[in-house]
Amino acid sequence: MRAPDGPDVMAGEVLLSVANVSLSFGGVKAISGVSFDIRKGEIRAIIGPNGAGKTSMLNVINGFYQPQEGVITFKGKARAKMRPHDAADGGIARTFQNVALFRGMTALDNIMAGRTLKMHKNLFWQLLRHGPAMVEEVEHRHRVEEIIDFLKIQEIRRTPVARLPYGLQKRVELGRALAMEPDLLLLDEPMAGMNIEEKEDMSRFILDVNEHYGTTIALIEHDMGVVMDLSDRVVVLDHGIKIADGTPAEVMKNQAVIDAYLGVAH
Amino acid sequence: MDILYKAFIDPFMQMGAAPDLFVQTLWDGLVAGVLYSLIALGFVLIFKASGVFNFAQGIMVVFAALTLVGLHEKGVPAYLALAITIGIMFLLAVGVEKLMLRPLVNQPDIILFMATFGLTYFLIGFGELIFGGDPKVMIATQLGLPRGAIDFKFAGGFVSLQKIDIAATIIASIMVASLAIFFQKTRIGRALRAVADSHKAALSVGISLEQIWVIVWFAAGLVALATGIMWGARSEVSFALEIIALKALPVLILGGFTSIPGAIAGGVIIGVGEKIGEFYWGPLLGSGIETWLAYVIALVFLLFRPQGLFGEKIIERI
Amino acid sequence: MLYREAGQFKSSYTADMAVFPILQDRIGLGIVLFIAVVIIPYFGSSFLIQAIMIPFLIFSLASIGLNLLTGYTGLLSLGTGAFMGVGAYACYKLTTYFPGVNIIVWILASGFFSAAVGVVFGLPSLRIKGFYLAVATLAAQFFLSWCFIRQPWFYNYNTSGAIEVPTRALFGIPVTGATSSFTTRYFVVLGIVIVMTWLASNLVHGRIGRMWMAVRDMDLAAELIGIRLLQTKLLAFAISSFYSGVAGALLVFMWYGSAEPSVFDVNLSFFILFMVIIGGLGSLTGSFFGAALIFILPIVLRYIPPKLGIPIQSATVDHIQYMVIGALIVIFLIAEPAGLARLWQIGKQKLRVWPFPY
Repeated sequence: MRAPDGPDVMAGEVLLSVANVSLSFGGVKAISGVSFDIRKGEIRAIIGPNGAGKTSMLNVINGFYQPQEGVITFKGKARAKMRPHDAADGGIARTFQNVALFRGMTALDNIMAGRTLKMHKNLFWQLLRHGPAMVEEVEHRHRVEEIIDFLKIQEIRRTPVARLPYGLQKRVELGRALAMEPDLLLLDEPMAGMNIEEKEDMSRFILDVNEHYGTTIALIEHDMGVVMDLSDRVVVLDHGIKIADGTPAEVMKNQAVIDAYLGVAH
Repeated sequence: MDILYKAFIDPFMQMGAAPDLFVQTLWDGLVAGVLYSLIALGFVLIFKASGVFNFAQGIMVVFAALTLVGLHEKGVPAYLALAITIGIMFLLAVGVEKLMLRPLVNQPDIILFMATFGLTYFLIGFGELIFGGDPKVMIATQLGLPRGAIDFKFAGGFVSLQKIDIAATIIASIMVASLAIFFQKTRIGRALRAVADSHKAALSVGISLEQIWVIVWFAAGLVALATGIMWGARSEVSFALEIIALKALPVLILGGFTSIPGAIAGGVIIGVGEKIGEFYWGPLLGSGIETWLAYVIALVFLLFRPQGLFGEKIIERI
Repeated sequence: MLYREAGQFKSSYTADMAVFPILQDRIGLGIVLFIAVVIIPYFGSSFLIQAIMIPFLIFSLASIGLNLLTGYTGLLSLGTGAFMGVGAYACYKLTTYFPGVNIIVWILASGFFSAAVGVVFGLPSLRIKGFYLAVATLAAQFFLSWCFIRQPWFYNYNTSGAIEVPTRALFGIPVTGATSSFTTRYFVVLGIVIVMTWLASNLVHGRIGRMWMAVRDMDLAAELIGIRLLQTKLLAFAISSFYSGVAGALLVFMWYGSAEPSVFDVNLSFFILFMVIIGGLGSLTGSFFGAALIFILPIVLRYIPPKLGIPIQSATVDHIQYMVIGALIVIFLIAEPAGLARLWQIGKQKLRVWPFPY
């Protein structure tokens, strides 16, 4: 369980709510009628067996898929159809199950790319790369260097990310998401394929992000130990349906969850 | 108003007034379309089996035709020249596999695509260096292809069908049918389809990629040779045909990269579309619109159906 | 020992973010510029300046344009030749209507016309990618080529169907046309190429360059960090076509002197694409290397064998040239897909650690 000095998320204000969302691909239902909410400042885990619709859920939240039914309310505003870049505008950042970095660019450029939305100097100044454009570039470089220090990836700044080992790629990807200074950070299996030490490091980063920057986090994770340690509340999906929602301790005791994980016939 | 009349009413009036001319144009378009389909077909074969977007397919058509005619010019009897050309197309397939595909395996598709640009230029240079750059006449009669035309009385006029065009249509149909049987019924055909689905999976069940690649490139070479003979018989043989060979690209866009029926339907649509467009709407715009109409048809089509006529809707994942 | 970054410490991010952070690179650039600006004009033969340097610089500029689109943004275009044509014809029409205006203004302004045309043909790029987009740009190529051939307005209803460059003077010195000196034209071309290369370099090292590369490397992830795909791709089309357009105008006004529509056919598009591939996708320096290799190779093939006493016909040279270019492309893609620019980098890396192997 989390340290008691964290924000009181049990009664916090709701940042994002998902109401009755259904999503299907040509007749195949990926998500059916799922509702849950994410409160400001909490770490919310989404768990479930393979094919439960977890990643689809994140894709719906950041606008990559359009749900056929249901309403998503973010920061108090129910939203209509939107594109992923609108979600980014609204303050939702995201990492991916299979690392989705810009492979031809250096770690530094990847993270700098995360600042795109915050940089506004126009084409004229960009062409000159002097004056306001350079001032802006330096200013954002400072912020990015802070993130690089925070994630302890100083040595690999100038390395093209395609050449980095998997664990470091995951870290750079987190850095890129952090560079967006999001209100809501979606992490899709941030620790998949990592060894125990890398998992510990990554857990530390996630907790630090939550505490230092107050970022609300929703994460998908398979490692139950990690989920128990990190999250305030857990929502469990199975075959696209929500089967449980509550604190880690409550969820662990839930019979439906135990059945889903042990594979009881439906 | 005048321009609207010329664009939307007058062409149809003309079609109605001279139905024989309309049918003639339709037929010309159909034959051109069949030949486009054949180029596209060779392309689809390679794309299906190796995932390579073979830009050189059109040039292989010209290269095969040029080799055939060039050998005959140097005194080789027609049928022997045909046999040697088939042999050369086989060597080309082996060469491409050994020197180009194998070293580039696992590279991104776009790199392979660009490599086929290199192949295109190499074949142009090589063909012209050996056989000269002057346009040549196809040895159609020596190969026993019919000449002359059959005239039909139709709606008070004549429709004239060139015998060579009829032969081309028949040969094309036979080739498509035999390729379909080859894919569905033979062991190699099944292996080909397996490779198309997944290279790694095919390797893991013991299918040799190298062999498959040589076979498809050779098959595409044969299709290219047949196309080259038909085409050469209708016009002359030279690398100026390159521009026509590029027409296979819009055909593929319409038909989808992996569908043989798509290649045929696409070819016919493009062939008929551009001949009708040129004949009835060309004068309005200043003639010669044949050069770009196919691409614009493909472009408009792409905007509404990016996956092609027979392709499935693509779901993007991340 | 000569090429080391050791001891060169950066005390500000501005210094760290310089395009050439290493002192020796800056000296090298200075030397290259000195040769281009001083040595060549004063000591170069008319053949060197007129037949090699002017076209080499123009093709480099066109390669940079295509590289911004294909190498940096990942959008394959086979329409560069036509976009260059738009620039050339726009410049021709502009100077016909307004002969009094400075011709260099019109050369640069013609870039805006091809940028606009580029944007129109770039619109499908939102929905289609890769090979499909390549075919879409072929539509631009063939449509525009047709316009230059069939629409007499473009060539002022000349009976020849070609455009003839009129003489235009700047401060009393003829810059274009038959009476202009090649040195003047060289300086004009060199100036434009230097400035536009500098601007392109600024662009790709900043926010816009990162947006382009993000779209190239993974467009879906780019969208999820807030990059608007359509705007970003269209901007790439616009700027790339601007460069192509200026290069096309320079090609006709500063080199050919007159041009048939066939100059801007699909082969020119391929030619520029090869320069970009061989030079290195996503490298501005590479664009110069690629242009040098592809453009100078035929000249070497044409002039060297007779000097060595080997008789060679010009048709044969053409054929061999095609073969060699084709083979080079395949060889480069196999050996070094990142092109000459990467070889240059490797060479510098070797120099950096010299005398040790690593």
